[in-house]
Amino acid sequence: MTDPISVSGLSKRYGHTQALDGLDLTVRAGEVHGFLGPNGAGKSTTIRILLGLHRADSGAVEVLGRDPWRDAVPLHRRLAYVPGDVVLWPTLTGGETIDLLGRLRGGLDQHRRDTLLKRFELDPTKKGRAYSKGNRQKVALVAALAADVELLLLDEPTSGLDPLMEEVFREAVTEVRDAGRTVLLSSHVLAEVEALCDRVSIIRAGRTVESGTLAELRHLTRTSVSAELDRPVDLTGLPGVHNLSVEGDRLHCEVDTAELTPVLSRLAAAGVRSLVSRPPTLEELFLRHYGDELPGQELVSA
Amino acid sequence: MSKRAAQREWPVAGSAALLRLALRRDRIMLPAWIYGIVLTVVSTASSYDRLYPTEADRAQIAASASTGALRAITGPTFDLTTVGGLTAWRIAGIASVLAGLMSLLLVVRHTRAEEEAGRTELVGAAAVGRYAVPVAGFLVAVVANVSIALLSAVGLIAVGLPVAGSFALGLAIGACGLVFGAVALVTAQVSGVARAASGTAGALLGLAYLLRAVGDSGASWLSWLSPIGWAQQTRAFSGERWWVFALPVLLTIGLVGAAAVLLPRRDLGAGLRPERPGPPVAEPRLAGPIALAWRLQRGALLGWTAGYLIVGAAVGAVASDVPDLLGNGAQAKELIDKLGGGSADVVSTYLSLIVGLLGLVAAAYAVQAVLRARTEETEQRAEPVLAGAVQRVRWGGGHVLVAALGSAWLLLVAGAGLGVVHALRTGDAGQIGRLIGAAMAQVPAVWVLGALAAALVGAVPRLVAAAWGVLAVCLLLGQIGQLLSLPDWVLDASPFQHSGNAPVHTPQAVPLVVLLAVAVALAAIGAAGLRRRDIG
Repeated sequence: MTDPISVSGLSKRYGHTQALDGLDLTVRAGEVHGFLGPNGAGKSTTIRILLGLHRADSGAVEVLGRDPWRDAVPLHRRLAYVPGDVVLWPTLTGGETIDLLGRLRGGLDQHRRDTLLKRFELDPTKKGRAYSKGNRQKVALVAALAADVELLLLDEPTSGLDPLMEEVFREAVTEVRDAGRTVLLSSHVLAEVEALCDRVSIIRAGRTVESGTLAELRHLTRTSVSAELDRPVDLTGLPGVHNLSVEGDRLHCEVDTAELTPVLSRLAAAGVRSLVSRPPTLEELFLRHYGDELPGQELVSA
Repeated sequence: MSKRAAQREWPVAGSAALLRLALRRDRIMLPAWIYGIVLTVVSTASSYDRLYPTEADRAQIAASASTGALRAITGPTFDLTTVGGLTAWRIAGIASVLAGLMSLLLVVRHTRAEEEAGRTELVGAAAVGRYAVPVAGFLVAVVANVSIALLSAVGLIAVGLPVAGSFALGLAIGACGLVFGAVALVTAQVSGVARAASGTAGALLGLAYLLRAVGDSGASWLSWLSPIGWAQQTRAFSGERWWVFALPVLLTIGLVGAAAVLLPRRDLGAGLRPERPGPPVAEPRLAGPIALAWRLQRGALLGWTAGYLIVGAAVGAVASDVPDLLGNGAQAKELIDKLGGGSADVVSTYLSLIVGLLGLVAAAYAVQAVLRARTEETEQRAEPVLAGAVQRVRWGGGHVLVAALGSAWLLLVAGAGLGVVHALRTGDAGQIGRLIGAAMAQVPAVWVLGALAAALVGAVPRLVAAAWGVLAVCLLLGQIGQLLSLPDWVLDASPFQHSGNAPVHTPQAVPLVVLLAVAVALAAIGAAGLRRRDIG
């Protein structure tokens, strides 16, 4: 079976802006794939190309084994999409919009529609203009989650949802995965990605900088080490040691995961009273890739 | 500190910055409106100056223009022996309508439409007073109308017309514009939707035109109920009556005050009436892009239908009186020739002029109905539809279909209204078919304009506004093209030139078929473009 999404060397330019610059993305069948990147990295552009709404300048794109630009219509029967910024028709009610979007796709599961409405606590009789941002988001989510499709493309779907509703969303996505369907989840909420995603791809300035399972990504990065020692030890100059700080007999540093053994044996030799070693959180992974774009970075290194 | 606090309490704080923002956003559209209206006024004066240089020439027209039916179209006649008097008679009404239309669109665009888009919330969270947004929106209309008034006056003086009359005409047009800017300020408070706010204000503008049309052809007190009537009653170049200006000024102040009273009584983003719940499920018919286009556009078409029916019936009611009102002099025929007729049968000529106008306005309907597709796209509502199993051409085609059938329907309704009432008055049932046929003969030219808009949406979406430009050129070519003695090839550029002048002559098949072919070709260009380009 081919991968539901397979993208390589994708490029797209709008005027003078290079939105995508050789992006690669592979989403395997049945997984929830996290799609991470800062604002303007090209996440939404990628999703629009996956939908066949925009045309790639170069690169290979296959969605469910088809070319999305050429075969958009048959392809769209097999996938559902939640845009990052949901805009509704002001004069249509939420219920009408859900039904319409479902029918445009070729029908939706009536029972699941009603259950989702209840779970998301959405009033389907309100007009589109009367919904808050979070409720507009729910309308699009119910329409997409109630669809009987193989692939879900979700572009920052929880923006505007309160924590309770985020929890409902997580349960719903877990059910989708358990049903054997595939999800591409673009998100800024790292806790959500960590909780839901099997694999993640991190993109930056239109390129993929990292892709793999969370465990793989962690392996490629640093482990944070805090230790209390019997006597001071000098780790400076040891390969793979970063951000070292020593305060009397207390020591904190980050270590390239591949270089952990020599560092730990040096610590052991100095006598370890307590040791905390922690894999990097997704947040730390993320910050490492975008660090130089964060205004707070200078403070951290200073 | 105290200065800052004082600023925050000032309820219009921030208006100046918002006004600058609005003027910058409209830096192309606003000058286009202003110069378009000023040019219409000034070029009319200069062409009358050229065509009727002597008082004797003008006296001839004066004799034929002082009749009810013509006055219903243009306006009341005062002193037509001067170029200025002729100009005011011919243009004051049309220019006032245009200024009113411009003003109401501007005000809604900068008040309710901003609120609907959610930008007012963003602005309102800044140190901006509660009234800043509506004040800035209204000031845009003030700037535009003052510019129109002054530039028109200067232009008319440059043509050689008296100073007082030039200012009176310019100010009359600007004052009428301001009134409808204030009307829109009120409708923008009452209605929760921008489209409904401009629709209501537009309907009131249409009512004002109708009131003065009926008033000017008989019951003259009705004209005094209409701001467009006031613009004409200032009697520019015919012994100006400056006190009449008190009426638009007082009404504007009253309306602005009403808007100020209404504003604090509603929530941001809401209208005055509370929202009623709607159906929790969609009716089975709402299942495809064409059904969606119809659902989105049916309300507007209903309003247009009512308008077309009323206008058709009203014109049908007065048509048979035209010969009595016009007299049978050679001057009358000459004048009607100048207006685009060309037949000995005065009633038919009059009806053909009206049918031509109905065609132009139906083209405006068709253009805006097609451009709805582009609005859907720029407001990101096309994306979820096209992410469904929906062919792009069917999505765009839905709106084009509404535009094509809707505009044909409007002409059918107007033709039927015209025909039935005219048949009742003349006792000739044959008029029904004849006038429906005359109205329907406009359909191919209307479709050419609609299809041009479709071609732009599909192939060059950035230039969709050009469809309005082309429509305006067609309007000017048809209305004052002959007056300006433009060469035939320029006049022939307008598709309406090829619609024939039914009911004067029976519609000819060949030009109409050619127009249809052009419309189909343009629509095909749009479809091909839409398949190839990025959406959004």
